[in-house]
Amino acid sequence: MMERSTLDLWVGLFVVAGIGALMVLAMKVGNMSGVSVGDSYSLTANFENIGGLKPRAPVKSAGVVVGRVSGIRFDNEKFVATVSMSIDKAYKFPKDTSASILTSGLLGEQYIGLEGGGDTANLAEGERIKQTQSAMVIEKLIGQFLYSKAAEGGDKK
Amino acid sequence: MATHKGFSIRTIGSATIDGVLRLGYASRFLARTVMSSGTSFTRPRLVIRELYFTGVLSLIIIIVSGLFVGMVLGFQGYHTLQTYGSESALGVLVALSLVRELGPVVSALLFASRAGSAMTAEIGLMKATEQLSAMEMMAVDPISRVVAPRFWAGVISMPLLAAMFSAMGVFGGYLVGVVLIGVDEGSFWSQMQSAVDFREDILNGVIKSVVFGLAVTWISLFEGYDAPPTAEGVSGATTRTVVTSSLAILALDFLLTAFMFRGV
Repeated sequence: MMERSTLDLWVGLFVVAGIGALMVLAMKVGNMSGVSVGDSYSLTANFENIGGLKPRAPVKSAGVVVGRVSGIRFDNEKFVATVSMSIDKAYKFPKDTSASILTSGLLGEQYIGLEGGGDTANLAEGERIKQTQSAMVIEKLIGQFLYSKAAEGGDKK
Repeated sequence: MATHKGFSIRTIGSATIDGVLRLGYASRFLARTVMSSGTSFTRPRLVIRELYFTGVLSLIIIIVSGLFVGMVLGFQGYHTLQTYGSESALGVLVALSLVRELGPVVSALLFASRAGSAMTAEIGLMKATEQLSAMEMMAVDPISRVVAPRFWAGVISMPLLAAMFSAMGVFGGYLVGVVLIGVDEGSFWSQMQSAVDFREDILNGVIKSVVFGLAVTWISLFEGYDAPPTAEGVSGATTRTVVTSSLAILALDFLLTAFMFRGV
């Protein structure tokens, strides 16, 4: 039978290695160090079309992740999508901030981009961002392109 | 003909009743194990000894298989992703498939065949050589002295082993993807970190492995405790442990995945 201290050493190493592996997964693989839900405030914005935006999509400003999309609802009175976001408390945005739905890369995931304005007052908990720009829908874009091409062609003749 | 038909229906009936009886017996066995696990906590040395046999001795197989699974994922994932010009998503593919599915499932399958079969054989043989009865004669409860420490050792070591498997797999994917093939290191890690969520993915993986650890140790201990006290009986019980545990792991994995990741 193995000596008691050797046994303890091996089991101790095993447990430490297992917890270490979990920590590695949390820190290196997961986004544990990212935005936490605890210290954040929520903002909402209405979009005519959100395209493929999903809950938990990032909210970025100048390319930096400042929060996450916390929920998407459909407003049945105005017929728009109401997107709520939770923003890290560390970041403040002026009242005239504009929100647009952008795509990372050509086929990447969609995220919300915030662009700060010049207002001196900041957006507070639960307020709505008034200036919004909808997602680009590729079919509409192609449709517009074809329409304008057709119009050009019509002018020349 | 009629008797023949009656016979076959009777077979189904008796098989069902046997199955239900066995399930009930197994549930009572589990309940008794949990109820009488006080000794395992007042004398942690018993659990530590079993942790050595189920956990530490399974390390080699878990680490080596994790590394190889990760490396294979790296090759195959790269092969498919480069067709669409999105090799940089290799990290996401490797990490998500490991943390969500392959880590918990493959390590539980290995655990069942490495540690589960050993547990069944050990307890079955203890029963066959009447060591368990001898304990009872000495007023030592074999469930709290032999079964419960092994149960807790299995439940504790399974999530740790699964975490190590996933971590080694990610490292293997990194070795093949970044070091060997030359995927950009920055995008490998950053895309992985932005796609893998701690609560949603990693914690759910841990929950999965805890459930698998519970199921595998329960099945192994019960099969050992229930084995007919013959050489044939013990060998049959060991085989049943591996088969039943593997099926239980895969079925539970389907159920848990359906609950956890539906529509995500």
